[in-house]
Amino acid sequence: MTKLSLFLGCIIPNRYPGIEKATKLCLGKLGIDCTDLKGASCCPAPGVFRSFDKATWLALASRNIVLSEELGRDVLTVCNGCYGSLADANHELKEDAALKESTNSHLEKIGKEFKGAAEVRHIVEFLYDELGPEKLKEMVVKPLKLRVALHYGCHLVKPSNERNLGSVERPHFFDELVEAIGAKSVDYPDKMACCGAGGGVRSGLHDTAIEMVNHKLSRIQDADVDCIVDACPFCHLQFDGGQVEIKEKLGIDYSIPVLHYSQLLGLALGFSPEEVGIDLNLVRNSEFLEKLRELTEE
Amino acid sequence: MDEPDVLNRLKDAGLDVLTCMQCGVCSGSCPSGRYTSLNTRRIVRKAQVNTDMLHDKELWMCATCYNCQERCPRGIRIVDAIFTIRTIAVHEGIMLSEHRKVSHLLLKHGHAVPINDETRQKREKLGMEPLPETVHKYPQALKDVQKLLRSCGFDKLVAEK
Repeated sequence: MTKLSLFLGCIIPNRYPGIEKATKLCLGKLGIDCTDLKGASCCPAPGVFRSFDKATWLALASRNIVLSEELGRDVLTVCNGCYGSLADANHELKEDAALKESTNSHLEKIGKEFKGAAEVRHIVEFLYDELGPEKLKEMVVKPLKLRVALHYGCHLVKPSNERNLGSVERPHFFDELVEAIGAKSVDYPDKMACCGAGGGVRSGLHDTAIEMVNHKLSRIQDADVDCIVDACPFCHLQFDGGQVEIKEKLGIDYSIPVLHYSQLLGLALGFSPEEVGIDLNLVRNSEFLEKLRELTEE
Repeated sequence: MDEPDVLNRLKDAGLDVLTCMQCGVCSGSCPSGRYTSLNTRRIVRKAQVNTDMLHDKELWMCATCYNCQERCPRGIRIVDAIFTIRTIAVHEGIMLSEHRKVSHLLLKHGHAVPINDETRQKREKLGMEPLPETVHKYPQALKDVQKLLRSCGFDKLVAEK
């Protein structure tokens, strides 16, 4: 199987370390060869920095990719933003010789060179492609009978010409991975809608971002689920932190627990809710934690 | 001062907005447009006729979800065009103050979202090291990132005007 290096990005290690811990625990349990990508930086965040200056975006993204090239490994991302930024940059640099040359003129100053030897992967598509739902199912020790509102997040599947993951309107690969661990992926209106965080909207026009996530949360609430499952810590922050802000500003209390897929998988592979950091979310829901304890201790 | 030629800059980037027939699938597909004054079709129209648009706040309302780009019947890379127009604006010194702040975080820490005390404690509670295996832990790596940012002129680009 492909050898990987784990690209952490910003929000996972610096806001939701439970996702980092859960990812490492899962990779270990699944026997996937993955090392730390030491000294990596921000991907850089596509909505903001890619918008500001293309040369800067490519220089920083390529440095992160080069760190993995030097290890002879592919880059594993656990965030849709990092995936989008690094995969798109990798694609552009491999396709466009002039762009590669100008980017390497910056990298040269720190003794690095982009060669185009590594691929950029996202943990969800990696697990689907390399392991598949059937194999994953065999490794589950605690099937989780949960009703889940799945949120793909935009940059996991789009732009589709660079992803090749099937339909962007009604994809199903992530649903299959969720159902492989015994959960039910519940259909709900606007399931494929954006959480509202990306594109620099959450950082630049915060109220708009909150309006967008409030709409999505209202749809999810109507679907009567146990939790939201995402594939991206920025969507995760938007759902988890967004609920706290909505409660303060609008007085709406959703209290819907938010899990990254790594955390959900970690539970199904036998780790406790505390080991994968579910109790460290901003949304507190003791009922859900109790349910998880029952499911994972049975 | 002459206004930058947005249409030609898009063309140079391989983005042909002139094939747009103004059908409106883009704006109809836009999740941000449900809540804001963002009208993607109008952005493309303005680019076609080269109207001044660099101060339009709408440029920054796009969450880059790519619905418009995926669905455009003419295959116009609309989000890529928005990225390009935003870049022209930023190089003209037009930038949201919050985005300037995030840029300074990147320059200082190599992370757009750097660690804080609360997360250090969470990491320790999980039995992890307080600092992750990123630029946060490796000062030389941070210096390399800062050198790259300077080499690209990013520090000057985002400096307070």
